[in-house]
Formats: sequence, structure tokens, C-alpha cells
Amino acid sequence: MGRLSLRFAALGYLTLILIGPLVMMVWRTAEDVDGAWTAISDPDTLSAFKLTLMVTAIAVVVNTVFGIVCALVIVRGDIRGRGFLNAFVDLPLSLSPVIVGFSLLTLYGLDGWLGWFQRNGYEILFATPSIVLATIFVTLPFVVREVVPTLREVGTEQEQAAETLGASGWQTFWRITLPCIRWAVIYGVVLTAARGIGEFGAVAVVSGNFAGETQTATLRVEDAYQFAYGNYAPAYGISFVLAATAVIILVAMILLQPKESRH
Amino acid sequence: MGFVTTFLLIIVVLPIAAIASRATDLGWSGFWQVVSSPEAVSALKLTLLMSTLAVLTTAVFGTIIAWVLVRDSFAGKSVVNAIIDLPFALPTIVAGLVIMALYGPQTPIDFTVNGHHFDANVTFTRGAIYVALLFVTLPFVVRSVQPVLMELDTELEEAARSLGASEFATFRRVVLPSILPGILSGVAMAFARAVGEIGAIVLIAGNLPFKTEVASIYLFHRISQDPEGSAAVAVVLLLISFAVLLGIGALRWHVTRHERG
Repeated sequence: MGRLSLRFAALGYLTLILIGPLVMMVWRTAEDVDGAWTAISDPDTLSAFKLTLMVTAIAVVVNTVFGIVCALVIVRGDIRGRGFLNAFVDLPLSLSPVIVGFSLLTLYGLDGWLGWFQRNGYEILFATPSIVLATIFVTLPFVVREVVPTLREVGTEQEQAAETLGASGWQTFWRITLPCIRWAVIYGVVLTAARGIGEFGAVAVVSGNFAGETQTATLRVEDAYQFAYGNYAPAYGISFVLAATAVIILVAMILLQPKESRH
Repeated sequence: MGFVTTFLLIIVVLPIAAIASRATDLGWSGFWQVVSSPEAVSALKLTLLMSTLAVLTTAVFGTIIAWVLVRDSFAGKSVVNAIIDLPFALPTIVAGLVIMALYGPQTPIDFTVNGHHFDANVTFTRGAIYVALLFVTLPFVVRSVQPVLMELDTELEEAARSLGASEFATFRRVVLPSILPGILSGVAMAFARAVGEIGAIVLIAGNLPFKTEVASIYLFHRISQDPEGSAAVAVVLLLISFAVLLGIGALRWHVTRHERG
């Protein structure tokens, strides 16, 4: 096979599977801009975007803290089972989001092991806490995955030097370790945010999907599609906003990548 | 360490254990009755079949795309390289709508040749599941093969060619063995992803039982009415995920046995 036929195969495939559908999606949104805008500026849609952003922000903060600590344990910890931990952290990537949502439903349901909360009026399911828990679950691996290899590469020489010079554990972490891994952390945060904003299956199971209350942006898209009655402008409009967000995230990833490899 | 264990216990282990425990409520015969019911078996079979077909396609074209991105040069290559990650960044429900824009009703690919009508509208067919899975699994193989190809020394290939090996023989004997672990790890992640996919499929497949209902959507429809039965099917899906990851891990271990000595 020649170089040209391979190039043709690669670009042809990408056109059919990726580029063509994307162009058509933009085209369909542009066909009814007014309809799309009405759907985007609907109070329930705005509330869905707000909820998605808030949930994603919480998941990012929680998983950044967890991710850094977990990566430190995997790379530096002197305990047995580090290899197991390293493999275990990847588990959410290979689980169906529906199972993730269902597992929370089972655990926090009225007759679940942690059903106490739901029974006593501390609503977790069909409320924001379950959406947050589901999003934390599915985005768990990203910061860990990015920080572990960087931490391995950096080594411990600088940290040891700092400790020899009398720095406390915290000082060493803030002044030496964190600056060394910051690009990996940021890259992990970007991936966490992208996945958090886009999560559908797990959130669909636990949120209750009440418009204006527990409906996230992706659930809003599904709703707009299911109740379209032939008018798909709202679904395409809200999707377009999410797709534009994804493109911005992608550009951020590309801008961060060269800095990462400079280490 | 205590923090990490406690966090994982509360966020991941307890919920999964709760499902497993709920599934045991049925007892062995009850469990078997649910997972061997015709609709559940049909959904599980369809999921495995479509995931296998999609991942095989992704493996072939992903490898070609990775090769073209590393070895070829043409105008706009960096843009093409950048958009490969888009299926990772795009919400899956939006991915479903993106697929629908080209392969849904009113598809622009619609023509008649010699009285034979052809159009690319795949809505409510298994073709819809296939296309949606091709979209979401695209980056996995490309991104796991690309770095390996970059590291690969072209001298070996030149040596093979100068000794009279054909292009195909060079690829099969020299390039493929080096990139195979990369392909397999991409395939493993893509397969796990495909088996669990719901967002990209749910709008376009129609979710007709026995026809276009995949396991995750079967589960999704059943959770509120039949928690015990759903837990049983969820356990089967969990076991499939574990088995695939273990299987491919073992295969990768086998492939890299020479490097490890």
C-alpha cells in the first residue's frame, strides 16, 4: 500500500466518522438559529448549565485533591499493594456510567446501606448530592493518571534537598513538589472538567431529571430531543453550546501539551 | 494513605459492593433466571457483537490514522491531529446528535443509481449503534499507537526493505510486532468503553428490545421497576469489564515477554 492510498484511507475514514457529522451538526444548528437561541436562553436551560458548571467545579476540586494525594501514594508510598491501587484507580474508566448511577441508587436508596440519609430528609438521590457523587466517581482517574508519570519522572532529589535544608513537609510540597507537577495537574483538571460536563448515563440514573432543578445540560439535550415533535432546533442549539465548550477545552489541552513535554 | 483508602471505599467500593449484595438477594436460581431471560441475553449478545465489530474497525483505521499522522506529511496535518481528541471532549449525548446530523433522517447522503435507492439514514437500526461506537472509540487506538510509532526507529524497516522484503512483509514482520502492545491497550480501553456506552447510542438506536437495545440501555430502562433483576444484569456487565481488562492485560504481558527477558 502506498503512502497516498493510506492517507486517502485515513482522511476518508475521518471525514465519514468525525468531520462530516460535525459539519452537518453545525449546519443543522445554523438552519434555525432563532429556534436554537430560544432554547438556549430558556430559564430551565440556563439553570441546567448552571447546575452542570457547579457540579463539575465541585468534582474538579475534590478529584484534584484526591488525585494528587493518590498519585503521591502510588509513586512515593512505601506500602504494599501500590500496583493494585494504581490499577484500581482506572476502574471507573471501564465501567458503564449506568452501573455507576445504579450503584449509587442502591447504596443511598431508602433500603440501601446508607439509606439513613434519604430516610431522614437529607436528600441525596434525585437531588444535587447524587449528581455530584456520580460525577466524582466517573472523573476519578483523570488527575491521578496525569500526575503519576510526571511524579515518577521528577524524582525525589529536589525534595530531599529541601528537607535537608530544613523545610517542613508542607513547605516541600508547596514549594517543590506542586510546581513540578503543576502542568500535569492542570491537564488532569481539564480532562476532569470535560468529562464532568459531558457525563450523561450516571447522572441520568440518579438525578431525577427535574427541569430547572436537577436537570443537567446533557439531560436537557436528551429531553429536548425526546420531546422535539419534529422540531430539533432546541436539541441542536443546546448541543451546539456544549460542543463549543468541548472545542474550547480541546484548544486548552493543545496549548497545555507542549508545556508539559518541556519538562 | 488512610485518606486515599477511605475516599475510594466511599466513592467506588461501597456502591459497587451494594450492587453485588443486591444481586445476591435473588439467590442463585433467581439470578440465573434474570440473566438468562431472552431479552437480557439478546441485549448482552448485541452489546458484545456491536462492540467487537466497532472495536475491530477502530483498530484497523486507528492504526492507519496513527501511521499517517506520524510518517506522512500534508497540509492541515496538525488540525487533523487535534480533532482526533474531540470524541473524548464531546459530551456523549452530543456525540449522538452529531451522528444523527449526518446519519439520521434527512441525511444528505441519499441517491438512486439504476433504480436502486440508497441513503445513509441508520436511525433505529444496528447500523446506528455501530456508527455511534466508531465515533466514541476513535481516539483510543490512535492515541495509544501514535507515541509508539514516533519512538520506532525507521532503520530496521529500511534494513528489511533493502534485504528485499515487500512493504507488507516489512509491516507485518517489523512494524506490527512493535506497535501490537499499543494497539491492544487501545483496543482494551475502546472495548470497555463500547460495552458501557449509553449517551451516544440512546437517541439514534431507538432501543427496540431484541433489535437495537444494548445492555446499558436495557439496564437503564429496568432499574426503577426491578432493582434486583437489574443488579443481576449489572453484575454480568461488571464481570465482562473485568474479564476483558484481565484478558487483554495477559495478552499484552505475553506480547512483551521478549522485552522483559
